[in-house]
Amino acid sequence: MNNDQLLVKIEKIVIQGVSDEQWLPIINSVDLHLNRGEVLGLIGESGAGKSTLGLAAMGFARDGCRISSGTVKFDGIDLISADAQTKRSLLGSRIAYVAQSAAASFNPAHKIINQHTEAPIQHGVSGRSESEKDAIELYHRLRLPTPDEIGFRYPHQVSGGQLQRAMTAMAMSCRPDLIIFDEPTTALDVTTQIEVLAAIRDIVKQFNTAAIYITHDLAVVAQMADRIKVLLKGDEVEESDTDSMLKNPQKDYTKSLWAVRSFTREEKPLASKEEMPVVRVRNVTAAYAKIPVLHNVSFDIHASRTVAVVGESGSGKSTVARCITGLLKPSEGAIEFDGVPLPADYRQRTVEQLKQAQMIYQMADTALNPRKRIREIIGRPVEFYLGLRGRKKEERVRELLDQIELDPDKFIDRLPSELSGGQKQRIGIARALAADPKFIICDEVTSALDQLVAEGILKLLARLQDSLGLAYMFITHDLATVRAISDEVVVMKDGRVVEAGGKTEMFTPPHHEYTSLLLSSVPEMDPNWLTELLEQRGVDNIGDAAIDRMNQA
Amino acid sequence: MKAVVLIILNRLALGVVTLFAVSVLIFAAVNMLPGDFAQAILGQGATEEAIEAIREDLGLNKNAIVRYTDWLGGILKGDFGVSFAQANFSSFAGEDTSKGGIGSVAAQLEPRFKNTLFLAGVAAIIAVPLSLILGIMAALYRNSIFDRFVNISTLSSISSPEFFLAYVLILFLAVLNPILPSLSNIYAEMTFPDRLHKTLLPALTLTLVVMAHMMRMTRAAIINLLASPYIEMARLKGLKPARVIIFHALPNALAPIINVIALNLAYLVTGVVVVEVVFVYPGIGQLFVDSVKIRDIPVVQACCLVFAAAYILLNLTADIFSILSNPRLRHPK
Amino acid sequence: MDIFLWYLFWAVAIGIFGWVFRFTGRKVQWPSDRLNVYFRDMPLMVGIGFVFGLVILYVVFHYYFIDKSTFFRWAVQGFLIFAIASWLFLTLGKHVGTQATRKVFRQMPLTASFGILIIIIYAILSVFAGVIAPYGQEEIFEKINVLPGGDPALGGDPRFPLGTDQLGRDLLSRLIYGGQNTVGIAFITTILAFLIGATFGFLAATLSGWFDQAVSRVVDALMAIPQLIFALLLLTIATAWAGSNKELITVYMVVIIAVLDSTRVFRLARAVGFNIVVMDYIEAAKLRGENLSYLIFREILPNAYAPLLAEFGLRFCFVFLTIAALSFLGIGIQPPLADWGTMVRDLAQFINFAQFSPHTAALPLMAAGAIALLTVAVNFVVDWMLHKSSGLKD
Repeated sequence: MNNDQLLVKIEKIVIQGVSDEQWLPIINSVDLHLNRGEVLGLIGESGAGKSTLGLAAMGFARDGCRISSGTVKFDGIDLISADAQTKRSLLGSRIAYVAQSAAASFNPAHKIINQHTEAPIQHGVSGRSESEKDAIELYHRLRLPTPDEIGFRYPHQVSGGQLQRAMTAMAMSCRPDLIIFDEPTTALDVTTQIEVLAAIRDIVKQFNTAAIYITHDLAVVAQMADRIKVLLKGDEVEESDTDSMLKNPQKDYTKSLWAVRSFTREEKPLASKEEMPVVRVRNVTAAYAKIPVLHNVSFDIHASRTVAVVGESGSGKSTVARCITGLLKPSEGAIEFDGVPLPADYRQRTVEQLKQAQMIYQMADTALNPRKRIREIIGRPVEFYLGLRGRKKEERVRELLDQIELDPDKFIDRLPSELSGGQKQRIGIARALAADPKFIICDEVTSALDQLVAEGILKLLARLQDSLGLAYMFITHDLATVRAISDEVVVMKDGRVVEAGGKTEMFTPPHHEYTSLLLSSVPEMDPNWLTELLEQRGVDNIGDAAIDRMNQA
Repeated sequence: MKAVVLIILNRLALGVVTLFAVSVLIFAAVNMLPGDFAQAILGQGATEEAIEAIREDLGLNKNAIVRYTDWLGGILKGDFGVSFAQANFSSFAGEDTSKGGIGSVAAQLEPRFKNTLFLAGVAAIIAVPLSLILGIMAALYRNSIFDRFVNISTLSSISSPEFFLAYVLILFLAVLNPILPSLSNIYAEMTFPDRLHKTLLPALTLTLVVMAHMMRMTRAAIINLLASPYIEMARLKGLKPARVIIFHALPNALAPIINVIALNLAYLVTGVVVVEVVFVYPGIGQLFVDSVKIRDIPVVQACCLVFAAAYILLNLTADIFSILSNPRLRHPK
Repeated sequence: MDIFLWYLFWAVAIGIFGWVFRFTGRKVQWPSDRLNVYFRDMPLMVGIGFVFGLVILYVVFHYYFIDKSTFFRWAVQGFLIFAIASWLFLTLGKHVGTQATRKVFRQMPLTASFGILIIIIYAILSVFAGVIAPYGQEEIFEKINVLPGGDPALGGDPRFPLGTDQLGRDLLSRLIYGGQNTVGIAFITTILAFLIGATFGFLAATLSGWFDQAVSRVVDALMAIPQLIFALLLLTIATAWAGSNKELITVYMVVIIAVLDSTRVFRLARAVGFNIVVMDYIEAAKLRGENLSYLIFREILPNAYAPLLAEFGLRFCFVFLTIAALSFLGIGIQPPLADWGTMVRDLAQFINFAQFSPHTAALPLMAAGAIALLTVAVNFVVDWMLHKSSGLKD
């Protein structure tokens, strides 16, 4: 097959979405072309329209969206004017789709393999038994555990990373010319993500399938794509092949995206042994409804220092925060503040104790009461803890808004819904600062934000720490963030502290086995990173497989 | 499978507990009556001795818990007590109510209960298939003229009181165009077609009320379902619309649809009261209202319990079916 | 059986015509491309729907011009009058008022504007019943059983456009006062139900634990008995307590229905409350050390207004219908207070005169229709509010 042959050609496509009863553009006149066997990466922040564009390449628009002008040609067939039957005969057989959430995109009522064989049977590609055999063969190639049986399970009986691979197998069932991958690894943990990435990349190469790979993660797209197209709010920013895009971006917006990852802070020298830590977590063991989640967790947090607590979902890192704030009573162990043990239940703590430990949340949307104006959101803790009222309170609120770099005159009377995601997060920081605390817990504060905005938040937090001497506990799963802001790192897995120490020490080998797996699983901007990693560790020593091996050992 | 059985047993036990709680509630409510039954039966002018005699007969001088257990024990044996209205006081003491004599509540309840079941059954047979089909169609062609028309007319029909719908039907189908009788005087010796003919108008009224609810709930359930990612996935696999509906939507729609049906049959239980009164249909609802008016407490109590039992049973059925149709529970990890 | 064959015949005929309709639509070269594509992609059901719609339109026109279908004509005329009135109201709202209200009206469907219009009319009629009604609700005149229509030749009297009842009371006045009584009592009952239900619901959501468990179990038990049935049982007991004091019966009824209905409000308030309580801003307020009343009144309640308001509309309808049903059964609002449910029951036998005196037969339907109209109106508004707050999901 000739790889220079044009497969998809989208010209001047405009897609509109309905909002408040009017049609607004989501994609403004974007062109796209894709050759056979080529992988195009579509990247952009949330709201850039990348999924919409990806679906349009299938001639499909979601409910509430419509393709209002432009053409989509797939192998010479005009998908927009084609009738329903022609489109149906292409979908599934020659164009396939892999959705973001495999758990939601598999029908819970049928076995995986029955959903797999559907398309081949419908399109007359092969019979049931033949296509079942092929499915198992594909499961083997995608390195799914127990490939001969896994297809005969129901979707809810299989883990997220495995389902995502099963869905890739399903997309491959008719050996399509084109697959659209719509953020296939976004919902997965890093260690699982790498397994899926490796499997997808492999199989796409093996069958010489063309693909559109949609993601917001630059490092991921660098591994997968031959060519990258950057989108911003429905407009194309630029497009070029992966190497030159990474090394030599042309547009300011792209450059700023690349620059994000460069923010780092000097690690402060380790605190002396004698110094009293602000917060000491001492041998905490805790359980939710008798299911143990924390086992003997201990670490210290000193003034003016940031401790990053790292781990994947289910590692218990947020539970530690709940124990510190007093929302969850540890069954053993205690939390000390300035050397004094705190009552386990927050209701028994004094106002002074509550004031000293504040929290910033992951989802700024749910952290701010949508019915309250900024004046009240920040003003309430000022009044509650410091007893300021009237003009003094107003002055303090304005001062705090200045500190978080928002213009008080413009913002003080707004509602949270009138703010952007980053601004909301800043208000969350101001609310924590309003109590004038010594210690702040930052729970995944940047993970819901676009990278540029997240960077701004990290810089702000760093500045505040330097000027106010705050101690931070930084909960995150993102190692780039850890590298950027932390002084010390605590790695958690299954409710236990696996490893702890200073940042530099933690990022240089030798590591604990799990830390090394975690560190090596974080994608880097180098397009050869995945290849080299697989060479180093071997295909069977990544992701869940590696963890299973570790647990057995 | 074991997990499902456990959950279902759990639900069944819960149903029994609820029934028990309801019986306590009803008994307690009735015992809040001023004075006691004896006074209520004989009225203000009765002599102290007469009241005392009745009290003795009814066992009212025993304490509440004993009376409750007696009452409950009787019900479990099919004995609902004696109706005040039917009771002949001279033979009051002698008659054995457990054999279902003339004055017994059970004897009154039985034929009327069958009539009500017949009425509700006819209504359900018309309403269930019709509303499922129309509801699914409204969901498939949502936001079309058809959907809007269905939406407005069902909303109107839900909002209207049952007697309004009943009189409109009487006006058009019985008075202006005498197709169906406006009075449903049913008796035991009637042939089935006759009986159906007389029952049709009240059944149609109930159908209108229940159908609107059922259609809206079906539509909402199906729309909710069609928005799920796996339906989009099925479409993107190029499957035929019919297969998307039958293979992908229907198995998952079963639980919500069964739920809708059971909930609306439970709703029929309440609707039946007003409709029976309008059409003078000799069902349990009519009996209930009549007994309420003359304060025939044992009958009121019994009817209330029957209605509540039917209601609980239907809700329980809905619960159990939705558990059974959940693949996550049927195939545990 | 003939009638079923007749329907079957029509169903098949419409099906065939629907297919023919689509077939011809596809064959014809339409001037606009969109029409060509529209027919090409048309499912068969849509074609059948078009034909079916035409048949219905034809039937409506046909019956409208038949001489004897007075009621059908009235219904169609009423429908059109209401449609035009609500369209005028909607247009008025789009051009008059503040920026904000005009924006609301611009996005409002016709059904919602109809609902709002009707609610306003009912509110005015209920509040000013004393001014609007020509006579008092208990005022008795000498002429009894005056027929409606106001034509003396047909047994009417121009003083009583809707006639008088068997005691000689003016029916128009009673209809207007009936609105005041029925709507007023339902309104008070609903407010009471909300006070009880919302208080317990939010307390349960905020405190959770044993308090929530205890209240929830009680509510479960109360809800296990169908509401109308339970209300009837309790009213039996209440009437025994009240004895001959008729007003007391009405008061008991209000309390009984409020308590029974508050169970539903409790369920909703609790669910809404739980959804809000899990939000991080509530956790932040708890960790700040705020007390319970601050949490409920300043943090939770402001976020619960929208669903509670919609629920208030639905509950009002339900209470209104329950009271009407009880009165219709003769156990609700007690005479001499006028109310629509009782009027329907008293006037019901007139429906049999529909053939020769349509005006008389319309009387019970007017009282019943008055109930239906208000609940339909409220439901339309609530439906629109719920649709708006659920976003544009469907």
